[in-house]
Amino acid sequence: MALSKVWVFVETDENGSLTTLSKELLTKARDLGDTVEAFYAGDGNDVAETAGAFGATAVHATGPIEGQLLGAPVGAALAAAAEGVDLVLGGTSYDARDVFGAAAVKLDQPVISNTTAIDLDGDAVVTTVPVFGGEKLVKTKFTEGGPMLCMLRPKSYEASEAGGGAASVNSVSVPGDAPTASVLATHVEEREGPQLDSSPIVVAGGRGLGDPAKFEEYIETLGKKLGAATGATRAIVDAGWVPYNKQVGQTGKVVKPNVYIAAGISGATQHLVGMKGSKNIIAINKDPEAPIFSVADLGIVGDVHKVLPALIEALNAKG
Amino acid sequence: MALNVVVCVKQIPDPADPGALDADFTLKRDVKLILDESDSYGVEMALQLVDAAGGGEVTLVSMAPNGEVSGLRTALAMGAAKGVLVSDDALAGSGARETAKTLAAAIGKAGDYDLVISGVESSDGYTGVVPQMLAAQLGHPMVSFAKHVEIADGTVKVARQTETGSQDVEAPTPCVVSVTAGVVEPRYPSFKGIMAAKSKPVDTLTLGDLGIDAGTVGWAGAGQEITTVEDAPARQAGEIVEDDGEGFQKIVAKLEELKVI
Repeated sequence: MALSKVWVFVETDENGSLTTLSKELLTKARDLGDTVEAFYAGDGNDVAETAGAFGATAVHATGPIEGQLLGAPVGAALAAAAEGVDLVLGGTSYDARDVFGAAAVKLDQPVISNTTAIDLDGDAVVTTVPVFGGEKLVKTKFTEGGPMLCMLRPKSYEASEAGGGAASVNSVSVPGDAPTASVLATHVEEREGPQLDSSPIVVAGGRGLGDPAKFEEYIETLGKKLGAATGATRAIVDAGWVPYNKQVGQTGKVVKPNVYIAAGISGATQHLVGMKGSKNIIAINKDPEAPIFSVADLGIVGDVHKVLPALIEALNAKG
Repeated sequence: MALNVVVCVKQIPDPADPGALDADFTLKRDVKLILDESDSYGVEMALQLVDAAGGGEVTLVSMAPNGEVSGLRTALAMGAAKGVLVSDDALAGSGARETAKTLAAAIGKAGDYDLVISGVESSDGYTGVVPQMLAAQLGHPMVSFAKHVEIADGTVKVARQTETGSQDVEAPTPCVVSVTAGVVEPRYPSFKGIMAAKSKPVDTLTLGDLGIDAGTVGWAGAGQEITTVEDAPARQAGEIVEDDGEGFQKIVAKLEELKVI
């Protein structure tokens, strides 16, 4: 039995376009509710057309939130506006976590997060959360009334358009008494080359590479050769070898490319969670017990310093 | 000027050991619990801020079953001054909402503070909203995903990680800050620290001590119920070969098969 009204907390990227994650959530929301509406922390007119194309009939917008973090003010606005809404979906993005956390306390509602699926089972709403590194799936249903709050991981669902016209825009007020954190400046990191979260091929490196120079020498070189995006484990991002925008994992990006090449990566849970949905996984690691081999379609137990140069040379020879 | 920092820490089963659930779907916690690695960053951050301020104390606040303190002792050995532990059977099955509520109440018993620090998400639950809910419970400003933290004259300055880069953020104290892994390099406890930790005070409180009704936390209060736990679909086992010098050829062949080259 479908829910009556489902809201989706949508977000835009640095270009002002609705994120892929938001489109995925709107798509799934259509399965769950008779009416789908978007909630947006910004100018509703900026997203009305795309939100409508993905099935939202209205966008409830707070207007631009200038100079402060979204969490507390937008969470309060969402809580105040969500009366009569059965379910609010959001992604596991940083801002969504802030907003849902604040809203949940205002509403005194539980939050189920880190979910990879949400379904109706009779009258119940059941979420699926992977635990133990994704070995087990825990299904949990909400037992209190709405608005239920659920946050989904990227790429849990595929986005598809509904063919709807532009959504109507409704203004939502932002309570003025939320505790604020001021944003003095925003920095956008330069990204070049194929984008990690959408490239069909990803070449990734980890600590097994030995030193930072090897990332450029092996991973970037191989990446350029294959027209691939390059990625990294949290370990080498934390160590400062590469910027955070290359991080694949539980924190960082979730990727589902056609081909994922993991070099010098042991396969810690934190990393596996970000890439085990890849269609084809090729791994190179000198430890035969490395957990990465449990998800690899092709695993080479060997020294990356021998395998990768030979691989690059062979690919160069092919032209 | 003394700086007092509360750090929320979680004690979890070692993630290197295979996880297990009890029959009622509670995470098995009767194994040895260790300090969550995410929280080692929080503890270290707090210690460094107190150091930079020229004095003050780091107080740990934690929620754990069976009065478990071994993870707390690790943080005390790093240099935290004391701990407040909430331990009560009725907490089993708590979700983020109940955890935030309980920690907020425990923080109320921790004395005066300028700042509350936590990790971004636990390494066993990964829900990632407790810090935000905690801040809302306490009525404090909240800055998440801090990759750099400074504090001076009642203002906390944070470089906040975003998906596309970062933001420069400021908030007045008292506030709540969640820190990312790598915000600082956590110290290894020294032998002297480990010995000193044994006698540092840890106050153990029950729900009754905090005035929290048992029916509002744990399974009873979580507003959610686990229906089943299933095995995830297994990936078909792949081909694992030892490199004999020609391993790279297998990769070339695979890439050709997949029409990548």
